[in-house]
Amino acid sequence: MTGHRLAAGAGCWPPGLADLDQLGGSCGVRSIWLEGELPPLPGVALVGSRQATFAGLEAARRIGADLGRRGVTVVSGFALGVDAAAHRGCLAAGGQTVAVLGCGLAVDYPRSHRGLRTEVSLRGALVSEYTAWDGPRAWHFPHRNRIIAALSRAVVVVEAGEKSGALSTARWAADLGREVLAVPGSILGQANRGSNRLLRDGARPYLDVSDLADVFPECAVPGASDRRRRPERPGGEAANPPLEAGDHAARLLALVSAEPVPRELIGRALGLGASGLAVLLGELELEGHVRSLPGGLVARPRW
Amino acid sequence: MVATAISCAVQGLSGVPVTVEADVANGLPSFTIVGLTDRAIQEARERVRAAVRNAGFDFPARRVTVNLAPAEVPKEGTGFDLAIAVALLRTGRELPLDDVACIGELALDGGVRGVIGVLPMARRLAASGIRRLIVPAENAAEAALVEGTEVIGVESLAVAVAYLEGRLDLAPTAAPPMGELIAPGGVDLAAIRGQSLAKRALEIAAAGRHNLLMLGPPGAGKTMLARALAGLLPDLGADEALEVASLYSLRGRLSDRPATSLRPPFRAPHHSVSRAGLIGGGAGLAQPGEVSLAHGGVLFLDEVCEFPRAHLEALRQPLEERRVGVTRVRGTVTFPADFVLVAAANPCPCGRLGQREAPGCRCAEDAVLRYQARLSGPMRDRIDMVADVPRLGGEALFGSGAEEPTAAVRERVAGARARQAERAASTGVAANALLGAEQLVAVSRLDVRALDALTTAGERWRLSARAYHRVLRVSRTIADLAGEERVTRQALLEAFQLRGQSE
Repeated sequence: MTGHRLAAGAGCWPPGLADLDQLGGSCGVRSIWLEGELPPLPGVALVGSRQATFAGLEAARRIGADLGRRGVTVVSGFALGVDAAAHRGCLAAGGQTVAVLGCGLAVDYPRSHRGLRTEVSLRGALVSEYTAWDGPRAWHFPHRNRIIAALSRAVVVVEAGEKSGALSTARWAADLGREVLAVPGSILGQANRGSNRLLRDGARPYLDVSDLADVFPECAVPGASDRRRRPERPGGEAANPPLEAGDHAARLLALVSAEPVPRELIGRALGLGASGLAVLLGELELEGHVRSLPGGLVARPRW
Repeated sequence: MVATAISCAVQGLSGVPVTVEADVANGLPSFTIVGLTDRAIQEARERVRAAVRNAGFDFPARRVTVNLAPAEVPKEGTGFDLAIAVALLRTGRELPLDDVACIGELALDGGVRGVIGVLPMARRLAASGIRRLIVPAENAAEAALVEGTEVIGVESLAVAVAYLEGRLDLAPTAAPPMGELIAPGGVDLAAIRGQSLAKRALEIAAAGRHNLLMLGPPGAGKTMLARALAGLLPDLGADEALEVASLYSLRGRLSDRPATSLRPPFRAPHHSVSRAGLIGGGAGLAQPGEVSLAHGGVLFLDEVCEFPRAHLEALRQPLEERRVGVTRVRGTVTFPADFVLVAAANPCPCGRLGQREAPGCRCAEDAVLRYQARLSGPMRDRIDMVADVPRLGGEALFGSGAEEPTAAVRERVAGARARQAERAASTGVAANALLGAEQLVAVSRLDVRALDALTTAGERWRLSARAYHRVLRVSRTIADLAGEERVTRQALLEAFQLRGQSE
């Protein structure tokens, strides 16, 4: 199934796309291909690096979920990394999402997103300006970013390196007069260079969903379901409190924040051997208080 | 005039005693060898002719025919030279000692050179009641390992003939004492800082013979850890040690590892190894591969994703059956290949996945997924544990606290092995890694709290049946290490930590 074609000026032509015509040149969109049903637009664009860190993926998922829960449509580029996390977060919270592809609708790209593709087409729409069998060419992607920006009232850059395509989306957004926000990130490493630079250049920082309140009033109040399910102190709700480990468990949870921590260091800090630490972590992981990441890291679970 | 001598043909680890028959008849002078021989044996004609003459004997200028019986068994190599010469000389003189087998290659000057496979030949001959051997002096020590066999090492044909005539009395080679403390290249656990999870995984692997996958960036110490595993395994039994030495003898590799060693071998083939080199095979005589050289010990595959897929597929048989069949044109032979597999891989193509400090991992997500998919397949099913081996920063490397030495851990391993041996009486399964699905339930004897943890984990992580079995096998070993009769909740929780992320 390759969807149907929508021509400019049709009854359900997304309002934001018309703004692209004002930019002149080849910016205007004459028709788009559509699979699924367009949710209410404009929405909020969530974009970022394909090679995101775990923190970046986590942030994208959470913002996607916060928006989805409020009925704000999440627009993104269906790429690996942040894009996919944003779509997934939104869908998991029962929201609707639009994926703007850099290839034709009949092209299975990226291959690992087959499952996500079905979900998006059922609970939102896949959109492309390319004909069905057009492959994912390198130049398609920066070009389709203008559609992502046009379909949104605000663009949130989650995690972008210096050369990330997400920055081009931010530029399009600025040209179109859309709100540009960026999630502040660590200054160590390369992962957040681009998004942090956006902040320096005048983008607004995104700290929580209320930062979108002036463009989407429904984001003003934190919803009840929004409070992060903070893991309760061990021994509270758990059916199987980590008995002998009670004190250690509390200290471990205090050590592990959202930022992943190497288990080797946890063991040292608590004075636990490999076996003792494994039992403790196993218990906490079983209850959903922590999770193990590749590379011997331990982190708090996702939302 | 027909005379005979005894020798031996190898087939895998076993072989067939061979009677070398020599006939000298009237006719045009010629020298023919028959009996399913290979090129090396055909060339023996020239070696034997020169050696006999240079040792001071006459080579009959008549029609000479040599037959290697049984004639339907394929024979290879240069080990028949000595027996051919002895049979030939027997046609002209009295060599009264005729229950002595002769093995060795002849030099043109009448010297006797070493050959491969003397130990398995000696074992095979002993099994058919031939307990006196003349072998090359350099192979005498390995042959003497076979109990009850009298081994005479010789350096020349003339000496061998003098001995067989009864003119010269040679003392049999004394069997070297078995046992040796540390295999060369061994690594003590105490020499490795940090990596407590991986070390614990090694302990469990040694105790239950579980195969292990280590994921970590280059330079994190995966090779050191794998070497340390060989040190954790208990000593080989005398029979097993002899079997291992036989395999090394067949490859002519006893220089790598003394035949008297009781320590389990450690093999680390590079990923450029040929399939025959890894599994066994070769053009002529089927030779044992690395999987068999690792028999009783550790096979370490570093950069396992770099090995050709077909090689990894071929590991399925040894991993499941603990032996490997090698099919050649001339028939199939079987070598034992009962090893603990330690595979190591980078977590992603660049190796820096999950690393916090710059430069972080720059692999695209789908590249990582594709890379890790290469680890799936038949081999992954046979790997019970996955341990992350992160590259450690200074804080962990130079922290205080003594590391536990190999000797201490090996004691716990021995205890766990003893508990498994006790159980083996009823289950018939020697090691926890070999426990099948039905046996697992009976052997685990989960208590209520453990059962509860297993149920919760199954729901939370959507464990497949295979994953369940893996976790149960590993937890059984953890409980054995702790001396527990039943698999406790603690044992299960620890096993979960070693289950690996992806299925």
